[in-house]
Amino acid sequence: MSSNRSTESGKRRRFRRMLVDRSIDVVLLTFSLLMLLPLVFLVSNGFKTPQEMLAWPPTVIPANPTIDNFAAVLTQTPLLRWILNSILFAVMSTIAILATSSIAGYILAKFRYRSLNIIFALVLATAIVPFEVYMIPLYFQAQSLGILNSIWALLLGYLVMSFGIFLIRQNVIHSIPDELLEAARIDGAGELWIFFRIVLPLLRGALGALGVLAFFQAWTAFAWPMIVATNREAYTIEVGLALFQTGFTVDLGRLSAASALVLVPSITLFVILRRNFVQGVASTGLKE
Amino acid sequence: MLRRKRWLFAMLAILPTLAIFAWVRMYPIAETLRLSLHKWDILSKNKPFIGLGNFQELMGDRLFHEALLNTTIIAFGVLIITIPTAMILAAMIHYRTRSRASGFYETAIFLPHVVSLVPAAMAWKWIFDARLGPLNAFLGMFGIEPQAWLFDPTLSVISVIVLCSWQALGYAVLIYLVGFKSLPVSLYEAAKLDGASGPQSFWFLSIPMLKPITLYVSVVTLVSGFNVYAQAFVLASDAQGAPGRQVRVLVLDMLENSFRNYRVGYAASEAVVLLVIVLVLTLIQFSLLRERGRS
Repeated sequence: MSSNRSTESGKRRRFRRMLVDRSIDVVLLTFSLLMLLPLVFLVSNGFKTPQEMLAWPPTVIPANPTIDNFAAVLTQTPLLRWILNSILFAVMSTIAILATSSIAGYILAKFRYRSLNIIFALVLATAIVPFEVYMIPLYFQAQSLGILNSIWALLLGYLVMSFGIFLIRQNVIHSIPDELLEAARIDGAGELWIFFRIVLPLLRGALGALGVLAFFQAWTAFAWPMIVATNREAYTIEVGLALFQTGFTVDLGRLSAASALVLVPSITLFVILRRNFVQGVASTGLKE
Repeated sequence: MLRRKRWLFAMLAILPTLAIFAWVRMYPIAETLRLSLHKWDILSKNKPFIGLGNFQELMGDRLFHEALLNTTIIAFGVLIITIPTAMILAAMIHYRTRSRASGFYETAIFLPHVVSLVPAAMAWKWIFDARLGPLNAFLGMFGIEPQAWLFDPTLSVISVIVLCSWQALGYAVLIYLVGFKSLPVSLYEAAKLDGASGPQSFWFLSIPMLKPITLYVSVVTLVSGFNVYAQAFVLASDAQGAPGRQVRVLVLDMLENSFRNYRVGYAASEAVVLLVIVLVLTLIQFSLLRERGRS
């Protein structure tokens, strides 16, 4: 009798639990789809005729898809050139940030001199200053170097990343024991050999995360490319798109097509590198 | 001898990075501070020192006031929407961690944070569009008149807030998820034995224990809110099609003063105001954290 009742209540409890699980799933699923909806429509709008853009409710899969918008965008604007500029800028910035962060992070983690403490304090103190605060003087530096409207000007603003130095330093402290380095030194290894052969391979995970972070940071940069690239050929894709829409007529079909051309590869890249990316972004929250 | 060699290696290795750092970070930051005290229009050679003159002028500058007000409203608007939503979403995703769909939820909510600003803003430009946009059509089903979302002074600020929140949410959820994973499981088990329901342990356990994370995410959200530029630039063109004029934000006002009005010193003083706001927010975060540590 009593055992019967307990299984009865256990069943009810399990049923309730399942009900809660399902309703939470429904809420999360709805929310996730709502978050994705603007991007889905953006891509599908690229394939729509002007008439279909007006349809209500908006169609997810265009009734009679057209590639006119894409053709128009590709002939009217140097879109591919802009994409190429962005890729080049992002790749170079990533390389620069990985190089500067790994060396500086390692030195600041494993060598204990008072002068290094001062350097680290400076890195930390400038980390909280937003780029927007100092980009105007930086613009004049680029100008006096005569590199405006080139990849080098874009790169000037994205050569170092305070957070990157910090991230690598934390990683070195946590994952590379002093004993390992000492043992190598006793075996007669040189400092450079130690850095390239012992330290860098151990930092692969952290460098992967930082690299993806740096790439996307440059890829989505807006204010800086906006001021240093004023020549149509020198635009990055973000600037190109933003200025393309300020023409007299705003043609949403073409804008969507152009945007979709940019979004699809970057979303694909993100999904492939998701793990690295999430790890990198999550570590920004662990500053303390 | 060996010690000396090691010291030399450390200094030589850090020198290039330090030089770049000084050149593209510290120097321009110092230059911003210096220029803010000078009057400099790009054309003239001399830059007379005028003390706090620029800041005095800012106090009476109507465009600057408008920009500061809009930016503040946007930053706090995004904060108010993002933090509670992110916390609840993260709690639910954390609760369903073992479900196969949790990866999908995470990715879907995070995706708007990584896609480029401008294409994403284009999507919202269509949604808010007065004539073509689905938002007006949707509201029309309930008998609500179509609104000029991107041209009305109040509605356009709201539109920018919606776009920024959509983008900021993914980051906040991700950081909260890290936070939830670090909470001690035993505490929740004890609460459950004492008869606490899920929402109760969320309210009485999770929220207080996640306070440092909430503080951190709030400051990050506010700081990026104060730096808003691209979103307003794309979304809020005025009737003549001039980008960003409808919702004037600090960064836009600063860039206009510098590159359209050629008043670099004046623009630098606006940058200093931005810096002070960011510093104050960060100081508040640290002092609140320290207070917590002491009690």
